[in-house]
Amino acid sequence: MIDLKQDYFALFGLVPAFSIDMERLEQAYIDIQARVHPDRFAHLSDTEKRLSMQWATHANEAFRTLKSPLTRGHYLLELRGVDPGFDTNTAMAPDFLMEQMEWREALGEATDAADEDALDELSRRLRQGTRALEAELARQLDETADLEGAADSVRRMKFLEKLQHEINDALTALES
Amino acid sequence: MAYSEKVLDHYENPRNVGAFGKEDDGIGTGMVGAPACGDVMKLQIKVGKDGIIEDAKFKTYGCGSAIASSSLVTEWVKGKTLDQALDIKNTAIAEELALPPVKIHCSILAEDAIKAAVEDYKKKHNG
Repeated sequence: MIDLKQDYFALFGLVPAFSIDMERLEQAYIDIQARVHPDRFAHLSDTEKRLSMQWATHANEAFRTLKSPLTRGHYLLELRGVDPGFDTNTAMAPDFLMEQMEWREALGEATDAADEDALDELSRRLRQGTRALEAELARQLDETADLEGAADSVRRMKFLEKLQHEINDALTALES
Repeated sequence: MAYSEKVLDHYENPRNVGAFGKEDDGIGTGMVGAPACGDVMKLQIKVGKDGIIEDAKFKTYGCGSAIASSSLVTEWVKGKTLDQALDIKNTAIAEELALPPVKIHCSILAEDAIKAAVEDYKKKHNG
């Protein structure tokens, strides 16, 4: 019922691109889930049950990957044969790394001081930075086909995502 | 995940944390980052007139393994020439700290930080 070799975009009937129609993605996902849900195969043979399980898992994974801008960008790079080298590429632009250091210092200070306003402000600036990177990535992937630049943007987004998690954790800790 | 004793030791008592003053002579600074986990590492070396690394300092934002890797290499580079420092391999760091495969990128980060610091020093001091 699902071709497991199909790429994730094709699975949902989308053109492979960074800018996608979120509503269409969600609707296509709901449609597929309804078709392959293991409950529908409960009365069938074990083989078919196993298959439906595989399809459902595949569709979940595909949806999660395309839904988040970071994993969608990473996946598109993979489809185009580019590995952003998350484990091995450590040479980021010095001004970017300096800014990351400063942000992490600010996070540490705000956490120590239990300063919720400072954490909110940091979070706001971070979201702004993330949106700018996403717009940049959309240009690089969909317009200029600048795959090297896109790989760099995806790497930068990894740093911002990590920091966002840490800010959220700090805020949660303050509220509890 | 369970950290090895050596990682815990460096994590709880990190060696050489900090930075050299901007006016200090003979400083090389390396800044690197690991996208895999969002870790950022700044490593500085202070090189004497004889070309030997006298002192090193680091500041790392990251997990225990990243902090331990940078703490360890600041100890290792002291007393070494620049070329000897460049010979430090991430595999040796990973082995010393008994890093699990998922944390190997922390040792790569530390190796790259030294290389960046040496390169920065050479650039500032013409070779």
